[in-house]
Amino acid sequence: MDTFIIYKTILASSILILSLLVAMYSTLIERKVAGFLQDRLGPDRAGPWGLFQPLADGIKLFFKEEFMPNTADKFLYILGPSLTMLIALLTSAAIPWGSDLVINGKSYPLQVADINIGILYIFAIVSIGVYGIMIGGWASNNKYSLLGAIRASSQMISYELAMSLSIISVVMMTGSLSLKDIVGQQHGFNWNIWYQPAAFIIFLVCAFAECNRSPFDLPECETELVGGYHTEYSSMKLGFYLFAEYINMFISAAVMSTLFFGGYNFPFMDKLAVSPNTMALIGFFVLFAKITFLGFVFMWVRWTLPRFRYDQLMRLGWRALIPLAILNILITGIVILVK
Amino acid sequence: MSFWEKIYLPAVLNGMRITFSHFFRKKTTIRYPEKKREFSEIYRGRHVLKRDDEGRERCTACGLCAVACPAEAITMIADERRPGEENLYREEKYASVYEINMLRCIFCGLCEEACPKEAIFLTKRIIPADYEREGFIFGKDKLLEPLDADKRIDVSKRETTAVLKFKKDKTKKHNL
Repeated sequence: MDTFIIYKTILASSILILSLLVAMYSTLIERKVAGFLQDRLGPDRAGPWGLFQPLADGIKLFFKEEFMPNTADKFLYILGPSLTMLIALLTSAAIPWGSDLVINGKSYPLQVADINIGILYIFAIVSIGVYGIMIGGWASNNKYSLLGAIRASSQMISYELAMSLSIISVVMMTGSLSLKDIVGQQHGFNWNIWYQPAAFIIFLVCAFAECNRSPFDLPECETELVGGYHTEYSSMKLGFYLFAEYINMFISAAVMSTLFFGGYNFPFMDKLAVSPNTMALIGFFVLFAKITFLGFVFMWVRWTLPRFRYDQLMRLGWRALIPLAILNILITGIVILVK
Repeated sequence: MSFWEKIYLPAVLNGMRITFSHFFRKKTTIRYPEKKREFSEIYRGRHVLKRDDEGRERCTACGLCAVACPAEAITMIADERRPGEENLYREEKYASVYEINMLRCIFCGLCEEACPKEAIFLTKRIIPADYEREGFIFGKDKLLEPLDADKRIDVSKRETTAVLKFKKDKTKKHNL
């Protein structure tokens, strides 16, 4: 029992560190990708290929002046970014990062918590995420922050519906809410994306909206709202907001690879005659490659598409994605019935 | 809008295809301090006051450059050459003070065209940034080319034979 607790602690903290590291380097990769897509080089001064740029940015953020508006609600003002960060980090617990490790005849799953309602847990946590933004925007006592926060909350609530509905068809196929079961069923090349492409596209679009990423980055739309919900934030509090966005991106890429791209499964995995531990390691790297690719898609889309107008955003969410997701559920149900 | 336009996806994918095609394209960035942009051979940058082959200042402080200057950036004070200074100044008269305000200068090159003594030329060098406005008023200390033969500033590209011939043509009114 003791080793179990120690193992889980090590796993949880390594996943925590991993998400923070990935978020750190996502900022650099984002700028690099942006540069490359625009025929530029991106940051390349700090260290080789600009590898120390995130470090420099972090140090800069720590040393910036901690500014707090006079009229701000002090407690809520600090709670906002902390909550956003906390919730962004919580979701990674339910994701299976690889198949089981076997040490001394005992198997250790590469998943912090295999809860039988894994998907529900992730959606529940993600929807709490909006509170961080809402509280921050409200506590700043600034009309731009408030507008950004209102936009964020209505956008996230609208897109959560379509997002959850698009997952229902996947859950219907699998017959389980546990992420481990969902990944297990996509063994080899039997990925869900081949069966549910429509659900994937709906989920992807909703993930962009949930992460407040372009083309749906209206909550922080700088052309209209100065900085949106984080207008009044500075120093590491601002850093937390920006950081949480990248963690969210990482987690949603992980969720997408788990749900649609078979998680740690890869084609011809049965033909490889390797020990379970090596298998788990390869699986982890395969999952990571998928996450990296999806993260790249996030950035690629951001530097391609202009921002949507708010009414277009709402129309897309309520009048296109939700009916489409329901239709998808219907068709999946009919196919399951007929088979 | 047609059906395909309404669902956005084809347009989105096309846009993504276009941006991705730029991903592997040659980057236009020039990494500045290590690599500098190639200047034209006849670029009009920071001025130089030339010396003749014996190292004497060519400028005779006639003031034609100051008159020609559309930005009124050039000021000079003329002085008489004393006995014993023949190795310093080519003519009997020289400029004891010669200043160009680089903030006023528009680098048009009219001073160079006006100069009858082939004394002032524009070069490929650029004016460095400064914290003070005073730093942009270049006196003779910065304008005059160094005495050492190997540190002389090459202006042969701007000093074309055609230009020299034109300037020395006595049938032209301005050379009389």
